Amino acid sequence: MIVAERKPFAEIAQAVAGYRRVLVVGCGTCVAVCLAGGEKEAGILAAQLDLAGQLAGRQQRFATACVERQCDREFLSELDAAAREHDALLSLACGAGVQFLAERHPTLPVLAGLNTTFIGVNQDVGRWDERCRACTDCLLSLTGGVCPVTMCPKGMVNGPCGGAVEGRCETDPERDCAWTVIHARLSDSDRLANLEVLVPPRDHSRANLPGRQAHAAYLRRYSSHD
Amino acid sequence: MDARYEPKILALICTYCTYTAADMAGSLRLQYPPNVRVVKLLCTGKVDVLHLLAAFKAGADAVMVSGCEIGDCHFLEGNLRAKERVAHAKELIAEIGLEPERLEMFHIGASDAPQWAKAVEMMTRRAKELGPSPLRKLEAAALAAEGVAA
Ligand code: SF4
Ligand code: SF4
Repeated sequence: MIVAERKPFAEIAQAVAGYRRVLVVGCGTCVAVCLAGGEKEAGILAAQLDLAGQLAGRQQRFATACVERQCDREFLSELDAAAREHDALLSLACGAGVQFLAERHPTLPVLAGLNTTFIGVNQDVGRWDERCRACTDCLLSLTGGVCPVTMCPKGMVNGPCGGAVEGRCETDPERDCAWTVIHARLSDSDRLANLEVLVPPRDHSRANLPGRQAHAAYLRRYSSHD
Repeated sequence: MDARYEPKILALICTYCTYTAADMAGSLRLQYPPNVRVVKLLCTGKVDVLHLLAAFKAGADAVMVSGCEIGDCHFLEGNLRAKERVAHAKELIAEIGLEPERLEMFHIGASDAPQWAKAVEMMTRRAKELGPSPLRKLEAAALAAEGVAA
């Protein structure tokens, strides 16, 4: 899932300071799971902004709404009527959701309440760890299910840098060397031969543009390359 | 500070422990400041951060949440959840510039009437030292503007 965290309150308060009617829009998927931008967090932030606005003597109103996902038009359409009643929208979605909402309401200021941090996993209630950098050419079948692009700070894809000390990364002794973990995993699953495979230089032509993909069924239906 | 200032304190307390203690304080005729307004809950685990923020919006000068002693919650961990939420709400009100000391968590057992009286005295003293909540003043001004007697 996408992990995000709330921006510092002062930054959000400053961003909304100039608007009288603000709709705080939560997103019910990834950012709700990481306790940053769901219905609950939207309610709390709106209550806080409301009190802060009163303390500052501003005439502001904060309402809340939450949709299932802000990265899907069918859910964003639910907000159209409410959006028209407001001077600004404060989105608590990941960066993708904020942009999709802004695209839908080009004449309204759409503000971001979160910092999107990474694609990660839920380790425990309230703790998340990064696992993938969306590199577009996944190596996990080769590397024992451990991502060298993400888990190795140098992104070494053909074996370790040589700096590891007792299995710890040379950049941070608190972390395991990704390649020590990969080696152990491949050894445990009897796939050490994978280490012989050379990964060619990455084809950056796929990654240096905003990503776009279409399902085969979509292409069949619309026979488009869009 | 205005010597006539009497703080309004909201107390969200659980029926099993603190409310029983408060009830007993009455039976024992213990004296404590009349500034506290009690709301009885089945369990402090029901208290939500949004309720705490709403109390300040409504003009409370201070808010106390009081549940059973640690380990004694009738619902096992409701008071522990309340404790976490009070800590979270303290951070939230500090962020907007309100003193976090206006909010406090207490744990008072059913038989501990004197402890309840002491907690109310302590919170009343604290609220007096802090002075009226700036939100309460604004609320009063807004009501006056609307021609409603505060
Ligand atoms: S190799 Fe790593 S960064 Fe690339 S897609 Fe796979 S998990 Fe993600
Ligand atoms: S020690 Fe291991 S994880 Fe750290 S930079 Fe080198 S190869 Fe990557």
